[in-house]
Amino acid sequence: MTIHEATLSRRSLLKAGAGLAIGVYIAGGGKAFAQAAPAASGVNIAPNTFLTIDADNTVTVLCKHIEFGQGPLTGMATLVAEELDADWSQMRADHAPSNPALFKNLAFGVQGTGGSSAIANSYEQMRKVGAAARAMLVSAAAEQWKVPALEITVNAGVIRHPSGKEGRFGAFAAAAMRQPAPADPKLKDPSQFKLIGKEGVVKRLDSAIKSNGTAEFTLDINEPDMLTVVIARSPKFGGTVASFDAAAARAVAGVVDVKQVQTGVAVYAKGFWPAKTARDRLKITWDDGKAETRGTPQLLSEFRSLSKTPGKTVRQEGDVEAAVARGGRLIEAEYVFPYLAHAAMEPLNGFIKWEGATASARFGCQFPTPDHAAIAKVLGIGIDKVQLQTILAGGSFGRRAQQTMHVAVELAEVAKAIGPGKAIKLVWTREDDMLGGYYRPFSIHRMRGVVRDGKIEAWSDTIVCQSIMKGSPFEAMSMKDGLDSTAYEGSHEIPYEVANFRCDLHQADVGVPVLWWRSVGHTHTGYAVEAFVDELLEAAGKDPVEGRLALMGRKPRHAGVLRAVAERADWKNAKLAPGRARGVAVVESFNTFVAQVVELSMEKEGPRVHKVWCAVDCGVAVNPDIIRAQIEGGIGFALGHILYAEQPLDAGRPLAANFNTYRSLRIDEMPEVDVTIVASTEKPSGVGEPGVPPLGPAVANAMARLGVGRPRQLPIVRGASA
Amino acid sequence: MAAFTLKINGQNHSVDVDPDTPLLWAIRDGAGLMGTKYGCGVAQCGACTVYLDGQTVRSCALPVSAVGKSEVITIEGLDSKEGKAVQTAWVALDVPQCGYCQSGQIMSAAALLGINPQPTDRDIDLAMNGNICRCATYVRIRAAIHGAAKSLEG
Repeated sequence: MTIHEATLSRRSLLKAGAGLAIGVYIAGGGKAFAQAAPAASGVNIAPNTFLTIDADNTVTVLCKHIEFGQGPLTGMATLVAEELDADWSQMRADHAPSNPALFKNLAFGVQGTGGSSAIANSYEQMRKVGAAARAMLVSAAAEQWKVPALEITVNAGVIRHPSGKEGRFGAFAAAAMRQPAPADPKLKDPSQFKLIGKEGVVKRLDSAIKSNGTAEFTLDINEPDMLTVVIARSPKFGGTVASFDAAAARAVAGVVDVKQVQTGVAVYAKGFWPAKTARDRLKITWDDGKAETRGTPQLLSEFRSLSKTPGKTVRQEGDVEAAVARGGRLIEAEYVFPYLAHAAMEPLNGFIKWEGATASARFGCQFPTPDHAAIAKVLGIGIDKVQLQTILAGGSFGRRAQQTMHVAVELAEVAKAIGPGKAIKLVWTREDDMLGGYYRPFSIHRMRGVVRDGKIEAWSDTIVCQSIMKGSPFEAMSMKDGLDSTAYEGSHEIPYEVANFRCDLHQADVGVPVLWWRSVGHTHTGYAVEAFVDELLEAAGKDPVEGRLALMGRKPRHAGVLRAVAERADWKNAKLAPGRARGVAVVESFNTFVAQVVELSMEKEGPRVHKVWCAVDCGVAVNPDIIRAQIEGGIGFALGHILYAEQPLDAGRPLAANFNTYRSLRIDEMPEVDVTIVASTEKPSGVGEPGVPPLGPAVANAMARLGVGRPRQLPIVRGASA
Repeated sequence: MAAFTLKINGQNHSVDVDPDTPLLWAIRDGAGLMGTKYGCGVAQCGACTVYLDGQTVRSCALPVSAVGKSEVITIEGLDSKEGKAVQTAWVALDVPQCGYCQSGQIMSAAALLGINPQPTDRDIDLAMNGNICRCATYVRIRAAIHGAAKSLEG
């Protein structure tokens, strides 16, 4: 049964009122309790349930997080199944609709996915859902069999009593609905886990549909009389439409209408090709009066000047200048990081149908709560009149969650502009997606360090970077003293003990929209810190691993992954082939600790990475194989970008429009990957992002050991095309 | 606009589109088969890979007017023994992450096994490097191709 078939059966199930549905309400204090949910009402599918049990024993978990590869459908189902004592083969999962009261991310307070938080925030909550459902099933069986509930056991989806009575969940689902839900169901001791942390028992729930073409993404929505919309947007950020001539566009067969919207000019057509063809025939005069017109060389020069002056202090300990004055070897390094596009395989898009008084939208929506409100606001109707359903997305890397909700807003605007009653699919082309901004910010780190008598005496890091949060609805919650923590996270608290430390920030204003990008600030801070500490340790005559460990006295989890990876890679004794070298880096991000060792050689074009060893400590490892997959993917994603990727600006205009100029890693460049998951009893933390940050500096440090130096400006292979 | 009859997965589909329309959009918006994906539109990423008379082509860059009577096979119609072996191996190793590129990956992988039942790593590199996976599932793609090849041995 596919995810979608499961949806249909659940719908009919609830309509018939024949199954068990469990919702969890989180009270103000954050204490979770379970309650039987009332029957579904309206058109939302089971709007207030996390779990349903079908008469055929199928258990379907509604996942409050979007699945775009990182595995929450499987992860949430694992947590529920563990406490429910279900058999993995009976588990299904589907996306929850937008409903912040029930489906909020407990780390955010609103419904949304990000910051590698899915498993971390759901770990107890979803286990309690499973435990409550188990207790209710047991109560129902006890009642029917007229035996004490305490004598009943549940194992692999079978409810049993020593008298020989047994049954499966489906047979008791309806009766379980009538049982009182335990207020605080008891959770298993981890020693009793049968699924969490176990190898080989949990398989991804979405592999089959993603291997036979039946998985439905937003681009695949195909409703009767649906119109496809493609928009011409300003080539420069901040440009607006001065005037346009749509005559040639309207002449394209299949075009239904052309409307001006806030972001540009929208073409409505029967199908993508006529919409795109017509869009390209629009004659538009843009008003660039408020547009960003600086190019990358100018930004680099401005950022560089700024970086030579002190910014606002983020954190300071001791006195860096006094330590410099005391002498020793002063080492300076400037690191430059380009704008990066997310370039998920599925370009941005969305589906909406506005009926005047109501609307329903569905797309790969990463932040349902703010997107939901944004759609309602544009359409001038209440949030309760708008249904929003998240569906599978073809990657995101941060792109499908925007602080400005611009995709949701644009989707609602194109629906509003043509009027009610139309099914609309908004599609961004690959070029629209790559040229459309919301990049990983361009930034510079200017590092200074003092090494004296084999010891790092001083460290300073002056960062110049745009703010992601400034001016957004998230500004109040994510900025401190006017400074955006996403610009300096990882730089202001380094794992190394250095007596004299300073991190300061120039928050530069540029008219290029920027956004979080897989591992956010750590994409650049991880590189700057780990390449620089390696350089200082080299100057101090220390081994990269031993030198780091000696400074990590107060950081046992950093040290733990570093020791683990060094042992796994046989760092001390490995005999490398001629022309090869290894580098190491360790970065904590999103409460997950990751150390990597890379082995590479230099080829004509640049480094070739042969193998990456990785040790990860993400607390309790819920789905080990998904953790490995995320680390493998994170390494490949990071490697492609540090080698090749850059979104350059020419007089404000982004240049890399497609994969021929924004080069992506390909299979022949993918290194062998060896993942060690460090055993831990700490709370689980995420793995979607933390595999990314250490790769770049580990490559840089290996290059230094080959004598070619640590790249100061990314990407490493400059001006690469595919 | 013009009417074209396309033979896709053994069935005739009449589509009424401009002759310049890439085969991809005739398959998707015309025939309503959504398993073949749009990723780049310029034959760079391979997400749109289908077979044309048994050969892999990038359907985003092939005008529908050039298809003629050639037989098109999409992921929905992939029923060769190599195709089934590849799909089984993909599921066994949980290859997909976001999954969006995987139709194209699987079409390329099955085509490779059709002409080379025991590919080396180098053969896999050559056959598969036209298919981008932004999730970088390449480690598992490689392992699954070897796994599928092994399953076809006996």
